Amino acid sequence: MAAMTPAGFAPGRATRWLIAVLVGVAFAVPLVSMLLFTLRDEDTGGYTLVHWTGLFSPANARALSPLWEGLGNSLVLAAFTVALVLVLLAPTMILVNLRFPRLRRLFEFLVLLPISIPAIVLVVGLAPIYLAIGRTVGTGAWTLGFAYGITVLPFAFRAIQAAIDAIDLRTLTEAARSLGASWPAVILQVLAPNLRTGLMAASLISTAVVLGEFTIASLLNRRVLQTALLVVGKMDSSAAAIFSLLALVLAFLLLLAIGRAGRLNLGKDR
Amino acid sequence: MSAVEVTRDTGTPVELRQIRKSYAGNTVLHGVDLDIAAGEFVSLLGPSGCGKTTALRVLAGLEQADSGEVIFDGRDVSRVPVNRRDIGMVFQSYSLFPHLSVLANTAFGLRRRKVPKPLALRRAAESLELVGLAAFADRFPHQLSGGQQQRVALARALVTEPRVLLLDEPLSALDAKVRVSLRDEIRRIQLRLGITTVFVTHDQEEALAVSDRVAVMGSGLIEQIGTPEDLYLRPATATVAEFVGLSSRVPGAAHADRVTVFGQELPLRTPLPDGAVVVYLRPENVRLAGAGEPGVDAIVVESSFLGSFRRTVVRTADDIELSVQHPATDTVTIGERLRIALVPTPVMAAAAN
Repeated sequence: MAAMTPAGFAPGRATRWLIAVLVGVAFAVPLVSMLLFTLRDEDTGGYTLVHWTGLFSPANARALSPLWEGLGNSLVLAAFTVALVLVLLAPTMILVNLRFPRLRRLFEFLVLLPISIPAIVLVVGLAPIYLAIGRTVGTGAWTLGFAYGITVLPFAFRAIQAAIDAIDLRTLTEAARSLGASWPAVILQVLAPNLRTGLMAASLISTAVVLGEFTIASLLNRRVLQTALLVVGKMDSSAAAIFSLLALVLAFLLLLAIGRAGRLNLGKDR
Repeated sequence: MSAVEVTRDTGTPVELRQIRKSYAGNTVLHGVDLDIAAGEFVSLLGPSGCGKTTALRVLAGLEQADSGEVIFDGRDVSRVPVNRRDIGMVFQSYSLFPHLSVLANTAFGLRRRKVPKPLALRRAAESLELVGLAAFADRFPHQLSGGQQQRVALARALVTEPRVLLLDEPLSALDAKVRVSLRDEIRRIQLRLGITTVFVTHDQEEALAVSDRVAVMGSGLIEQIGTPEDLYLRPATATVAEFVGLSSRVPGAAHADRVTVFGQELPLRTPLPDGAVVVYLRPENVRLAGAGEPGVDAIVVESSFLGSFRRTVVRTADDIELSVQHPATDTVTIGERLRIALVPTPVMAAAAN
């Protein structure tokens, strides 16, 4: 209702600040607590940077190696998943909206399904498939991206569909075609720039989902950031806390970027 | 008027042959034939749902006909995709690319044809000059009015010197004044470039004003094609008579090639079986009569001054309303009783149902 009320009924300046502060505190408390935890010196009870510097000391290299490896794998997975979203999902959605508008509802239903299927159920189905994937394309870390491609579908779909609904997809496409543009040119030169905010949001949110995913990776015995955090956390809780903190801050920055992407003004002339 | 001289000797002759099209069992085009001469301006006129837009889209290649041929310059292009048909099209809804400047929008078609960027931009600027928007080259579409956007769309469609210019109700989203001026401008530019043009509209005034020939469509077929004068003075079917020009529908009785209306006998344009008919009377078919003359009594309902003449709507005792065109010097007042008579010219009629 708040969005619909006229300006006169909008919360006052003080109220808005109060809400902002309360929300800010709710977000900040765990982050600050984690930061304090990583700075704590267990022996003296004082504060120290030893845990942070320890990340890079050769003495800890062996114990921390799962973390670095997990982080690397997660970044590769994020890139692969984003590529899936941009190369496979976005063109499919354009196709469905242009050519098969009657399939839209079915498509939306299918794409939103993963949100209602618990990860553990997904894994039960995915395990035998990954057996086959392992045999055909190998067991590289990136192969988990196929599963992540499914889990990010609902989020990426929403972001892209909102952008599609905001433009006159059909007229822009037909205008471009009538001017001599091939299909790749239509998508790359006309549609992608006008769907940019949606594609950007879809990419960022996919990255955030992949960096935060634990269940599927764990159950499929893959080493990604989240599973590595668990492993390392059992031995070196400070290091795990540092990585969690950084992951959270990164996710927060991604969310901020998504918000910004939505407000970017129109692009410049090429 | 401007620096560009994109004069061409001839346009491309265009032909539709037996075009059939249906959607999900619903036939929209029942074998449309249309022959357009090089450089001709032809309008497809008809009510919504008559298939005029579908015919245009088949011509453009945006829709594939179920059967029939689209012929450009003697060559069958039915299987050529829209992006290689070399057409220019202006759409009903605003179709400028929001992320590109007016100049970049205009240059788009040239860039797709691999014209080097400096040359493409120069020709785009010339094309913008043609539609009087050279000063707006650096603006973005959202900074333009509706009429300006459609002008840019026209410049963008013309810049590639397409074989055919297709206009899909490009004026219908604009307000009346802009509509008339842009309509006339389109015609002026079309005549100057000599480009074959097909214009889809549901506005008969628009079609009659700018076209060399008008094709009146009704339920998936071309009912009649002819010059605006032909359609107005010699309508071939009742649909055409009703749709083109202003007509009053008046009951009458047909007998062979004549029809009796208000006790007066008029020649029929096409003979009808004897019986009750609806007669289409143009305002100029009806005149004000003197008190003693044969005719029918009526009451003035409304009257508008149209410069050199006056158009008055009267209602007879049988509750039939009809328009009368008469000299502005014959003043009438609303509610006035007067007598009207029919001018003995051939009229169009259809069997009453």
